[in-house]
Amino acid sequence: MLTFVDSVSEAVSGIKDGSTVMIGGFGNAGQPFELIDALMDCGAKDLTVVNNNAGQGDQGLALLIKEGRVKKMICSFPRQSDSWHFDAKFHAREIELELVPQGNLAERIRAAGAGIGGFFTPTGYGTMLAEGKETRIIDGRGQVFETPIHADVALIKALKADGVGNLVYRKTARNFGPIMAAAAKHTVVQVSEIVPTGGLDPENVVTPGIYVNSIVKVA
Amino acid sequence: MSIATSIQTSGMPLGRHELAELVARDIAPGSFVNLGIGQPTLVSNYLKPEQNITLHTENGMLGMGPAAEGDDIDGDLINAGKIPVTELPGASYFHHADSFAIMRGGHLDICVLGAFQVSATGDLANWHTGAPDAIPAVGGAMDLATGAKDVFVMMTLLTREGASKIVDACTYPLTGVGCVTRVYTDKAVFLTGPDGVQVRETFGCTLEELQELVPVPLKAAPAVAG
Repeated sequence: MLTFVDSVSEAVSGIKDGSTVMIGGFGNAGQPFELIDALMDCGAKDLTVVNNNAGQGDQGLALLIKEGRVKKMICSFPRQSDSWHFDAKFHAREIELELVPQGNLAERIRAAGAGIGGFFTPTGYGTMLAEGKETRIIDGRGQVFETPIHADVALIKALKADGVGNLVYRKTARNFGPIMAAAAKHTVVQVSEIVPTGGLDPENVVTPGIYVNSIVKVA
Repeated sequence: MSIATSIQTSGMPLGRHELAELVARDIAPGSFVNLGIGQPTLVSNYLKPEQNITLHTENGMLGMGPAAEGDDIDGDLINAGKIPVTELPGASYFHHADSFAIMRGGHLDICVLGAFQVSATGDLANWHTGAPDAIPAVGGAMDLATGAKDVFVMMTLLTREGASKIVDACTYPLTGVGCVTRVYTDKAVFLTGPDGVQVRETFGCTLEELQELVPVPLKAAPAVAG
């Protein structure tokens, strides 16, 4: 069921200790900073977080990691010039890392939303990231079996929502939003604008409202 | 005719900008191309409008334009290196799963990547030094290596210590197996594949001098007609 909530704290209130949380964004584009701040304030811990990166600088996901609230990161690119909070936790062995090639990460998320039990992909075949995984030769190419990534909650950012939760995004801020919205049991979206039902051209809707549970407008 | 005279040899090793210019010239008109982070990005400076090249960025865009400056900087419009860029007429946006389907599905003609090592049979190592304390970060490197029809590598031939980065077998962790088709270096252009390493042209050295530096057997590539 879709609800429109008044505050980001209400929007993230379903996140419990031990939840798996998908967080949209690639770099700063599409990162739901306000929702991440609310997650910080709500106190939930032992989280498994799915994001492309593992926090940058001293904001958002980086702070969640710094405060020891993230038990495990599932991501493709944790190490950056400003990922010092993740780096410190990793070297102290206080955070678990599941490193996934970026396209496999995206497809595993997509698979979860699409009800797919897994898939074979050439990406990663013959590398250390395929160690211990089932492999097959398909159409003459080595391929690796990858499983879906499900989540309890997804926190994403879109540009606009209409009254039934249809979403449109803006430029490369779209990134993981549509697939995370489908993969999570409960999808929370922060938007810049809410328009009346009928206010979005159905031909241009990117995420249909069926995937969306909670919408909050962020100034 | 000796082997050495059957390939083009020019006087000086190439600088990184000259190398980028050479790669740009070798990209066929109408190609869909992904340029990796770092040195490969320089290639875009030398693509000519008449080549009609469409650039893909894996964070979800085709038709990427040059880096954004001044008022054109938009936090929602960045490339895979998280640098603000611009959109060209005809650009399109898509989500991450579609973007990597474009790659994995073999729809990109060429990707250009940096490398630590390339093996004689085109194995690529470019994501991880394997050092015990290094935090591994792969990003889209494995997807790019696996997906594009042609994988071009741009790198210096030698490490700072003087070791060849073209090797019999990679000692760094692999990014992809048998995926590299061409290696552009300051000293030569190499063609890699199941049949071993061929040299298309050299810069500032002969094929014999190049062979002294590279620990795998080199042969001259068949001359290209025209």
